[in-house]
Amino acid sequence: MQQSAAIVIRVNGQAREVHAGPDTPLLYVLRNDLELKGSRFGCGVGNCGSCTVMVDGMAVQSCDTPLWSVVGKEVTSVESLAHLALEQTGAIVRVAFLEEQAAQCGYCINGIMMSVTALLIRTPQPSREEIIAALDRHLCRCGTHVRILRAVEMAINKLNAVPTK
Amino acid sequence: MNALPASIVVSPLLRQWLAIGPGKRITVFSGKVELGQGITTALSQIACDELGIDADQLLMIAGHTGCSPNEMYTAGSLSIENGGAAIRHACAEARRLFARAAAERLAVPADSIRVEGGSFSSSTNLETIDYWQLATHVDLSVTISGQAPLIHPEDFRSVGKSMARADLTAKLSGAAYIHDLVLADMLHARMLRGPHPACRIVSVDIDRLKSLAGVTHVIHSGSFLAIAGPDEAALVSALERAAKRVQWQLLQAPVIQAEVVPMLKAMSCESSVVHTQGVPTPAVSMHQACYSRPYLAHAAIGPSCAVADPTDPSKLTVWSHSQGVFPLRDQIAKALGRDSSGVEVVHLPGAGCYGHNGADDVAFDAAYIAQATGRPVRVQWMREDELTASPFGSAGVTEIEAGIDADGKICAWKLQVWSHTHMQRPGWGEGVNLLGAWAIEPPLAASKAMEMPLPSGGGQRNSIALYDLPHQEVTHHFISQAPLRVSALRSLGAYVNIFAIESFLDELAAEIGADPVAFRLRHLTDPRARAVITQAARISGWQEHRSEGGGTGMGIGFGQYKNHAAYCAVVAHVRVEEKVHVERVWAVVDAGAIINPDGLTNQIEGGVIQAMSWTLKEAVTWSDSAITSNNWETYPILNFDEVPEVEVLLLAQPGQPSLGGGEAAAGPTAAALGNAVAHALGLRARHLPLTAERLAKLINES
Repeated sequence: MQQSAAIVIRVNGQAREVHAGPDTPLLYVLRNDLELKGSRFGCGVGNCGSCTVMVDGMAVQSCDTPLWSVVGKEVTSVESLAHLALEQTGAIVRVAFLEEQAAQCGYCINGIMMSVTALLIRTPQPSREEIIAALDRHLCRCGTHVRILRAVEMAINKLNAVPTK
Repeated sequence: MNALPASIVVSPLLRQWLAIGPGKRITVFSGKVELGQGITTALSQIACDELGIDADQLLMIAGHTGCSPNEMYTAGSLSIENGGAAIRHACAEARRLFARAAAERLAVPADSIRVEGGSFSSSTNLETIDYWQLATHVDLSVTISGQAPLIHPEDFRSVGKSMARADLTAKLSGAAYIHDLVLADMLHARMLRGPHPACRIVSVDIDRLKSLAGVTHVIHSGSFLAIAGPDEAALVSALERAAKRVQWQLLQAPVIQAEVVPMLKAMSCESSVVHTQGVPTPAVSMHQACYSRPYLAHAAIGPSCAVADPTDPSKLTVWSHSQGVFPLRDQIAKALGRDSSGVEVVHLPGAGCYGHNGADDVAFDAAYIAQATGRPVRVQWMREDELTASPFGSAGVTEIEAGIDADGKICAWKLQVWSHTHMQRPGWGEGVNLLGAWAIEPPLAASKAMEMPLPSGGGQRNSIALYDLPHQEVTHHFISQAPLRVSALRSLGAYVNIFAIESFLDELAAEIGADPVAFRLRHLTDPRARAVITQAARISGWQEHRSEGGGTGMGIGFGQYKNHAAYCAVVAHVRVEEKVHVERVWAVVDAGAIINPDGLTNQIEGGVIQAMSWTLKEAVTWSDSAITSNNWETYPILNFDEVPEVEVLLLAQPGQPSLGGGEAAAGPTAAALGNAVAHALGLRARHLPLTAERLAKLINES
């Protein structure tokens, strides 16, 4: 098979060179070319949210986002959350999900954490309606919704308890 | 004397359950696998307490045909009851053997020995000795006696406490699922199946498939068809074009979809009375009602996936998220014409598992493709495969006729249930129950559809009302031919039977103007059943808040899963406008001795929400040529904007045996919702799901 021309994208703060066609969905680039397996395939058409990442701070479903569209932008995948300083929003969200044990099978959760992180970076004190709107693109089959909502509440409380510099 | 758990009878040797090492750890082997229900953490708690070791000194290996005990399936809410009991006995046996060896080495009386953190000590000697130092002095090739003393519940250090799930940190970080496994030189493969899983190939242009960009292999036998290539993205982009090169047809058109009750009752069935007790006493009024549920999809968020490696010619290794690695191994071996010793199946976590889904089927797909190509292969189903090719949960009809006597008590009770099998797993029956094995040339035959007998039952599950009735008769109408492929989905027939029994209880209570909670308690003496109902009424404010009608309603549902597992009562508070809005749900559960309270709470919360989704929204649909509920738009499930507040209360029973709880909430939730909707509307909706369209029809027809 012929090698695709190199495309450089920024992922989790680093410039990464990938050899994939420009129309390749970002999800496959993350999972297979960059070995970032935390973004999960669910439906392939942007209906379930399990593949959600942040692109320039916005929650985006990577399964129907072509590679070309993220060139020059900052892609953030769930792998970054574990490496953030603890007071950063993404780290607070991840810790809150673990503390609330807000998962059963866990397959949908990484995408949900990315949407919640994007929401809370933009809106640190969202209304209930804003939270539901951010989660509206996500499906969970195990019925973990009530814990997920508790984890979001916990993250909001922690986020707003961090003294601002 | 302790009765030996069934799993120990099958695997009686201590070394089948336990090994010392690697390093300063003890390995415990289990046949019960992590499906997202948290079982690995709960079983680890049991093992640590019985062995006297800390959590970080334990390694749990579950679901590996090369080293795990064969515990058949991880199913039926039996993993704590059976799998937990087995681990408890095995670990107690090990502790006794090692304690004796320690006493000998330390030259102290055996009854002075205690163990903590894996280290044995005695008050009469300052020296200590641990499991690892003793490893060469203790023979694990002994039979588990069942005579070793078990740790007293008061001495549990971990059991009974909420422990964080051991697997979640990895899952919430990166690679953790079977989907993430990568082998050297691995191909990706995708299946080409028609719009209905029973479709057969009429014509296919294999050369054209081979020429598609991204496709390096086409695997074709009979109506088994897959494309494969090294680049997953390129392969998936070829899929749509590939599908256009295949023509499919159904050899036999499926039964036309209709309302469940007339559709099922028109099918031929074998009828038998499966339970009778007492005789009817004189009634002042007789009542009758009929309830139904549709076919339901498992609909996990992640599609089924498997990886197979044929590079060792003597042993094909298959990684699978199956519920039963041993039966799957035997079935794959049979379908591939190998000995069972020529196949290894290793469990890895998949997306949520609620019963017999596509996990086994995709494992066969991977095994077949690996054998055909000689290459390691990863097969992942697409969303449409997951919603159309996986088995479905069986539809069911439950009809009840009952009499009320002059004292306002039920004096006669006849229940009839119409349903298919709820059990068609690989290893169940004489055939091969793997989708791909029915498509290859020559095809293998599936097992004949069979019902599971009571007390567990399939379609009959929970068909015997738990109430103290002077008379009960249960008739089962088994419909062996189903229009769709059906098998086990969480709670099996209990879902519709509890929905029917508990809805009917409310209808009878309404006939005589009785309060639904009081009416239930009037017919119940089992103190544990009474306790969950009473507590559910208390925490929901039943007395104060159950106002009549006005668009809002409160309803209760109760059941003891399988009539011998966990007790569960659910109260729902709903508002009915153009559709049902569920405001709050309360669930009270008695699951006997609780291993991990937060784990059980998580299962009950999830059970409530999933059953809400089934009850309010879900039904599989099909046409004469296709499963038409094939994506998230045509098979919608509950959204975040439909989620109520859920409160769970666990009634701890530390001195009692543990009772399986994972499926306990399904039926009671459906009943609580149905009763709450009836309370709000003043009209009874008896056929699921309770969609806006159905409610509108009900209102128009009233």
